[in-house]
Amino acid sequence: MSPQDIDYFCALIQARSGLVLTGERNFFIETRLAPLARRERMGSVSEVVDQVMEQPTGALARAVVEAMSIQDTAFFRDRAAFGALGALVLPALATAKTDRLRIWSAGCGQGQEPYSLAMLLAEADYALPTVELLATDLSTAALEKGRAGIYTHFEVQRGLPIRRLLRHFEEQDDVWRASPELRQRVRWIRLNLIDPFTVPEGYDLILCRNVVNAFAPAPRAQVLNRLTQALAPGGRLMLGADEAPPEGFVPLPGAPCIYVRHAETAVEIAA
Amino acid sequence: MKTCLVVDDSRVVRKVARRILESLDFDIIEAVDGADALTVCRGAMPDAVLLDWHMPMMDGLEFLKRLRREPGGSEPAVVFCSAENKADRIREALDAGANEYIMKPFDGEIMIAKFSEAGLL
Repeated sequence: MSPQDIDYFCALIQARSGLVLTGERNFFIETRLAPLARRERMGSVSEVVDQVMEQPTGALARAVVEAMSIQDTAFFRDRAAFGALGALVLPALATAKTDRLRIWSAGCGQGQEPYSLAMLLAEADYALPTVELLATDLSTAALEKGRAGIYTHFEVQRGLPIRRLLRHFEEQDDVWRASPELRQRVRWIRLNLIDPFTVPEGYDLILCRNVVNAFAPAPRAQVLNRLTQALAPGGRLMLGADEAPPEGFVPLPGAPCIYVRHAETAVEIAA
Repeated sequence: MKTCLVVDDSRVVRKVARRILESLDFDIIEAVDGADALTVCRGAMPDAVLLDWHMPMMDGLEFLKRLRREPGGSEPAVVFCSAENKADRIREALDAGANEYIMKPFDGEIMIAKFSEAGLL
């Protein structure tokens, strides 16, 4: 691919997914798209790229955007943050919201994040209200994997302690499947955070981790703005370890990666 | 520096494990089977044991049961590392006193995560 082709292709990916490709872009494109080229029975990655540039709104283009957006991930990624979520944040929310607790995993990838939440809920030794756990991602392939809840040995060993694996997953031949109890806790919906969408309301906890950090500043701000609109009063926002909170949000004491509206911290400390 | 006893009859696995664990600042001792490992532990208890299951002479499960009955034998954190991937077998290892369990094949990232879970990092 010529540098001009790469520029054009990267601009296309950015427009469709918000993802800004940097560094070894050629290598990144090649490694992400090689499996797709094989699956589509095309000769090479260049052939895939050529066709996407000709038909930027076709089915192949959508598959390419999905393949480029897949992130490395793990269960309970950022252990300390999930520890605080389980020990402090969820119990406090469960106490405050006695009717219904609404949680949204935005950019859930292949399901490791919503299942980590579902495990914390399943392990709760405190009273839980009805919990709605929504998982969204732009990739239908990732959502299908999440919905199926089937992971390889390698995947379950990324972040999942062995006792949690045995408690919440069933071993099936050479793979591990999330238990029916875990799977029924999660609702999966395809949503591209970059596309216009009706912002839902009233979420008590929104996780959007390691999603917008690869975005350009404008779409990043737009997505974070929508997420904060979706957050209920007193709601918590959980971001990736290296991500800065949106304006008006401050860290929740004792809970890394978790943020709350600045105006609500006084109430928080008093409580 | 913490010590880790690497017990595996495969020289290749011992070498891979040594490389990863040395990068995490462990001092490595090697043993080729359970009997060999028990001799090492009777000399000085390591902080951690990375333990294969199927080995000649004495297998990993037998070693673990005996280790836990030794004076000071409840101290080392034991991380099983085996191609034995059946849930029932893993449960058996945990019941015998294993702290964590790595299913082979593994990589450095998995090793780090499991040693963290076992409170070793």
